[in-house]
Amino acid sequence: MQTYYPLFTAIPLAAAFLNLLLSKISMKVSDYIAFLVTGILAVMSVKMLFEAPFIYAVGNWRPPFGILLVSDGLSSMMLVVINLIAFLAVIFSMKYMSTYTAKPKYFSLFMLMIAGMNGVVITGDMFNLYVFLEIASIASYALVGFGTGKKELEASFKYLILGGVASTAVLFGIAFLYSMTGTLNMPDLAQQLEVIGMTRTVGFVVALFLMGFGLKASAVPFHAWLPDAHPSAPAPISAMLSGVLIKALGIYTIMRIMFNIIGKDELISAIIMFLGAISMVIGGLLAVGQKDFKRMLAYSSISQMGYVLIAIGLALKPSAEPVVASLALIGGLFHLVNHAVFKSLLFLASGAVEYRTGTRDLGKLGGLIKKMPVTGAATAVGSLSIAGIPPFNGFWSKLIIILALFRGGYWVYGTVGVVVGFITLIYFVMLQKEVLFGKLPESLSKIKEAPFAMVLPLVILAVLCLVMGIGYMAIEGQMLDSAASALLDKMAYMNYLIGG
Amino acid sequence: MDRLEQEIKDTSKGMTPIVKTVVRFVIGIIVIFGVYIVLYGHVTPGGGFAGGVILASAYVLLTLAFGKEMGLSKMSNTGASLLDNSGALMFVIIGLLGYTGGYFFYNFLGKGDPFQLFSAGSIPLANIAIGVKVTASVFAIFMALSIFGRFIYKAAEGDESESEE
Amino acid sequence: MILYFLSLVLLVMGLYCLIAKKNIVKKIIGIVIAEYSINLFLVLVGYRHEGIAPILLKGMQTEELVQKGVDPLPQALVLTSIVIGLGTLALMVALCLRMYEKFKTFDMTKINTLKG
Repeated sequence: MQTYYPLFTAIPLAAAFLNLLLSKISMKVSDYIAFLVTGILAVMSVKMLFEAPFIYAVGNWRPPFGILLVSDGLSSMMLVVINLIAFLAVIFSMKYMSTYTAKPKYFSLFMLMIAGMNGVVITGDMFNLYVFLEIASIASYALVGFGTGKKELEASFKYLILGGVASTAVLFGIAFLYSMTGTLNMPDLAQQLEVIGMTRTVGFVVALFLMGFGLKASAVPFHAWLPDAHPSAPAPISAMLSGVLIKALGIYTIMRIMFNIIGKDELISAIIMFLGAISMVIGGLLAVGQKDFKRMLAYSSISQMGYVLIAIGLALKPSAEPVVASLALIGGLFHLVNHAVFKSLLFLASGAVEYRTGTRDLGKLGGLIKKMPVTGAATAVGSLSIAGIPPFNGFWSKLIIILALFRGGYWVYGTVGVVVGFITLIYFVMLQKEVLFGKLPESLSKIKEAPFAMVLPLVILAVLCLVMGIGYMAIEGQMLDSAASALLDKMAYMNYLIGG
Repeated sequence: MDRLEQEIKDTSKGMTPIVKTVVRFVIGIIVIFGVYIVLYGHVTPGGGFAGGVILASAYVLLTLAFGKEMGLSKMSNTGASLLDNSGALMFVIIGLLGYTGGYFFYNFLGKGDPFQLFSAGSIPLANIAIGVKVTASVFAIFMALSIFGRFIYKAAEGDESESEE
Repeated sequence: MILYFLSLVLLVMGLYCLIAKKNIVKKIIGIVIAEYSINLFLVLVGYRHEGIAPILLKGMQTEELVQKGVDPLPQALVLTSIVIGLGTLALMVALCLRMYEKFKTFDMTKINTLKG
């Protein structure tokens, strides 16, 4: 398994170009290629969970001269999240995208996006991270505007401009880091920055990275693209964007750089916690008054990412006790995995509803649980999970984060977390009342259940919500402990330079 | 020869006959220069991307001087798409063939002496693949934005637009 | 410090163009100028005073290249970055053309269908 590590990026890249070549012959080949490739990737990523950490030198160039691929607990966890949700989204889109005409091009762009995200997560070289970040971002800009109507084009253009400025800021930070240390290898950078310490230049670099990666992660001053881009994309792309892309490109890179390369610092920790807190509040408050199904889900994404950011900020504080730091980090990582599962479930359900009824407006929907029972039940499970009701998985992750905040002595942030959890419950109950229960309008009395290929991912994700909630201890032992300890241990990351 | 002279004297598409005659001479030199930069990419500065852009600019010059039918007859839309994808696929296959040496992207062919054309292992092959891909890509972008973008002007005048992909 | 002054001026000019102009094409030009200013900064990081180009000619020793040549690594990074900029620019111009077809205007303040 160790020698096949670069195949996580090579296989989707080859599949994307092979897809366009073979689609000149027949249009249905792209479905099978996408299904096969994402299936293989999902199986490979689950196998990676059980391996010991290792490094891989591409082309047999020894570090620090060559490009390094690093596999530790955090990368394995992110790989499982990305590839499993990609597989389910591909199954969903085989039926959903039949109304669009250019289906092979859609699957090609989808494969490119997966290749980019996998590359960001497995690499150990700073500029390689930037290249894969750009591959995934450009593929997602094109996918947001895929159905070329007025709203999709405007949303895609706004997303493109803001994302372009963020990538420029990231490249600026990488240029500064190279001029200070003379190397681009991430473990080598960690060693050199340990010697240099926290000067004003390093502080400027951190500010640039927070701006660039914070925009990809939709933290609050940089969130303006998300409520326009996520509703306008086709439903499986919304699930991928909101469920996986903002985590793999935004939260993962912030965690990797702040914990493993730059190290813990008081001021940076306070800033990240403040950004997380205002993300929670503003995302939650703006979600209450929405009339569009997907726009409400998009604002709720901003709010939940605030939870993860505040947990990361608490774990980054050098003066926190080790118990509080590891508790906060485990809570944050678990909330990341949970949010991937239930937010993609909700977006796929909104796609199924739109496929059958043709509308996303909450005023025109109602009483769908009688006509679409399986979709309705899955939506109900997703809403209860995200609101934090036991025994689903959202309850455990929010509880751990709020407990860690109170134990660390942050009474204000803890109370804010509890209040925002209550606001989340309010608008998701409102969503359920508008969509599932209530009176069925006259125009919708003839709809049927969604097709099987669209209902299957919903059922799988809903079962996963329940299983992760009840079997929380097994997940913690297998995935989260190794991920959290890989982040908190900067010495082990620096030793990857020597090998192993 | 007769058809070519007719093409040159035809002033309804493309530019004046002076431009067309000069372009006939110059285009061969541009293509040879582009191929030289792609092939010698491991000895002198340049490589796949720079050589590919020069080759694409030869096609663009042809289209600007002679009109869009001449440009499309040399490389059609599906031809550009095929060249593009096969170039990228060749690059990934060269990377995967490195597994015969044990590592991804390993330089598995013989290295030879420095400063020669046939040296440096699999780097010239990768340069050729990238050169083919970039030529087809830049030419396809130029075609899609200018020739197939004529529906914009029709839409602006209020006519019904025929949308091309 | 004087060396990096041009790069800073270009970055500020590009950002001003992106923020203050209303025409979409001018905004695109602003982003391109800002991206190229970062490329210029990256190349200038590898500068060495009175250095030679990092190309090994026949009959030259490698120690001379190591002692007097400018740093070749940022030049490779800039090559990649220019290609990425080309991809982003192609996508931006294609979107701009499609938006003109649908909205009939190049003015960004009139394109505001998504609200709330």
